[in-house]
Amino acid sequence: MIRASSLRRRGPAALGAGLAAVLVAATACGGGDDGSASASGGGKVALTVNVFGNFGYEQLYKQFEAAHPNITITERGTGSDLSNYTPALTKNLAAGSGAGDVVALEEGIMIQFKEQAQNFVDLGQYGGNDDRSNFLPWKFAGGQSADGTKLIGLGTDVGSMGMCYRRDLFAKAGLPTDRDAVGKLWPTWDDYVTVGEQFKAKNTGAKWFDAASNTYNTILVQTAGKDPGYTYFDKSNALVIDSNPVIKQAYDRMLGMIGDGLSAGYKSFSDQWNAGFKQGTFATIACPAWMLGYIQGQAGTANKGKWDVTTAPGGGGNWGGSWLAVPTQSKHPKEAAELVRFLTSPTGQVAAFKAVNNLPSSPAALDDPALQSFTNPYFNNAPVGQIFGTGAKQLQPVYFGPKNQVVRDAVENTLLAVQQGQLKPADAWAKAVKDAQQAAK
Amino acid sequence: MSTDVTTPVPAATPAPGPDRPGRRERFALLRSRADTKVSPYAYIAPFFVLFGIFGLYPLVYTAWVSLHDWELASAEHPWSGLDNYRQLVTDPVFWNALGNTAGMFVLATVPQLALAMFLASLLNRRLRGRTFFRLSVILPMATSVAAVSIVFSQLFSRDFGIINWVLGGVGVHPIEWQATKWSSWSAIALMVNWRWTGYNALIYLAAMQAIPRDLYEAAALDGAGAWKQFTKVTVPLLRPTILFTVIISTIGGFQLFTEPLLFNSGSSNYQGGSLRQSQTLAMYVWENAFVKFDFGYASAVAWVLFLIILVASALNFLAVRRLGGKD
Repeated sequence: MIRASSLRRRGPAALGAGLAAVLVAATACGGGDDGSASASGGGKVALTVNVFGNFGYEQLYKQFEAAHPNITITERGTGSDLSNYTPALTKNLAAGSGAGDVVALEEGIMIQFKEQAQNFVDLGQYGGNDDRSNFLPWKFAGGQSADGTKLIGLGTDVGSMGMCYRRDLFAKAGLPTDRDAVGKLWPTWDDYVTVGEQFKAKNTGAKWFDAASNTYNTILVQTAGKDPGYTYFDKSNALVIDSNPVIKQAYDRMLGMIGDGLSAGYKSFSDQWNAGFKQGTFATIACPAWMLGYIQGQAGTANKGKWDVTTAPGGGGNWGGSWLAVPTQSKHPKEAAELVRFLTSPTGQVAAFKAVNNLPSSPAALDDPALQSFTNPYFNNAPVGQIFGTGAKQLQPVYFGPKNQVVRDAVENTLLAVQQGQLKPADAWAKAVKDAQQAAK
Repeated sequence: MSTDVTTPVPAATPAPGPDRPGRRERFALLRSRADTKVSPYAYIAPFFVLFGIFGLYPLVYTAWVSLHDWELASAEHPWSGLDNYRQLVTDPVFWNALGNTAGMFVLATVPQLALAMFLASLLNRRLRGRTFFRLSVILPMATSVAAVSIVFSQLFSRDFGIINWVLGGVGVHPIEWQATKWSSWSAIALMVNWRWTGYNALIYLAAMQAIPRDLYEAAALDGAGAWKQFTKVTVPLLRPTILFTVIISTIGGFQLFTEPLLFNSGSSNYQGGSLRQSQTLAMYVWENAFVKFDFGYASAVAWVLFLIILVASALNFLAVRRLGGKD
């Protein structure tokens, strides 16, 4: 991003500056190599952890460093999003250097990295297989290579699903604000639409939900989790967008909701979407556990207590969740693997949940009273441990193919175009299928 | 010529003593000749060495990669000849990106250079606080492009943007600027214009100040008004400068990347909108390389982009040369 912009319209002076920068960078690299060499020589081990978003590990790093005085841990990439994280990690793995000693792999990109299993250390060699009972069975299996012989990653969190809503807007529309009562408004997605129409009739100035893409994806993953267990790609990685019925069902349902004028029409993760949290331009948003931290960050302290969270329509579902892995290029695989086992242990997962509400993938952590009794003060003291933890053990994993992300982007962009009035609803599905096929090539 | 110098040497062998000064002279002569002939190359060598490493090598290597089926993650990169280029010719997304790039280039460059010329001629007059104005026109260039894009995205925001608010005052419905081609192109072109007009104005100003004043006096004596003076004296004499700015703008305009990327913030921003309304060629290169990890195809697009820039620059060069008559 920065590189292309710095190439724009500069004269010879900029070239000089560029060369100077190159020289500085070159010398800086040299210095770095010397530094790490001498560090390992002196018995000191510096571990780097590469993450996106927020894993809530600060306290855990301190504990680990206290127990291992020769190890220091640095985290990189905190707060970055997947669309920047994934390409950088892919490049570093291909180049054989630059990736961290520990790297986070999200469910949507896990398959694509599993295809390059040679780039990752087998955690089984460092006792990782002993941790099997620490995880929900599908979460542990999800960290294994395709043939099951190699343990690439150990699970961190799962993306159990809830529904976040604005209490003030619900009150304005004459709807109940108590979270149990709100949860009872929408046992199914049809009920959710019905309540949305009631909300719309009250003209609060806000829309019912934020963006077509998010709600559509929530419905899709939820129904696909029940049957057949995959979305755009079947388990042999064939594109099945036109033959997997749950996709068209979720898509048509979303077209209906857009037609009803329930969507605020944002593009997810855009500046305008972010501003919408703060300004209260939508009343509900489907929220996996990790979304709570995002909402709090965007809506800010001024809106504390206005947001609340309850159960999602349609009963549960999973969106997101990650694994931690150790690239083979790490100079300290033993220590890195030990750190992974520590961070993904039940106690580590409970600590991460308390920090940023990332829901554990460990049954022991899910049963931990500390988690069950945990409330989130920002969300009007909602018992998030209970809301997200209940049913987490029954979650069904959804299989995603290696090109899941680009196909998902293609399909969700057609919904955005319908929201923008640029694509006729009648033509949308055909375009979604065509674009998905193009993207999957 | 060199044989003339060397022939006396064998003849002088019987007397080695007196020969020494001759040898020394010869060496000095060679050295001075080497100094004039070789050392200029040594002086400019650092540039060419660095250019070779950071400019030429990537260029050639990209061409090499573009002739292969080169997926980043796979261990093998089989030769595929011109397959990537063949695919490109029939790729509607490529043609869409090319159209977007050219459209935004026109919207961003033509008003920009015209306005820069106008600003320069204003700044070239005797104004109070001249230095202040001259410095302020390049202020936008000193801001980071990311900051500019974020501020402009806010201005063009659908719900809370100032521009829609102002338009709302005269009864225009809120426009979703990312949604159509014309609106996204205009918004992005405005960012580019805002950022680079002052820079070009200063370049024009410097060139204008090098034009001897007596040319204008002579023109005035011949009865030329301000406009005639501008078109018949200023523009022809600025032609090399205009050429420079046009070429630089062409190169920059066709590589447009950061502004549209940040303008389309959010998921899959590299697609430049829900229907790729403002995806540029540079964004398409990025999409293929770093989203699809198809380095072979990305390299082919990058090479075609390079050739397009060469052709566009050449066309602009020819067009500008005709400006204001022949030399």
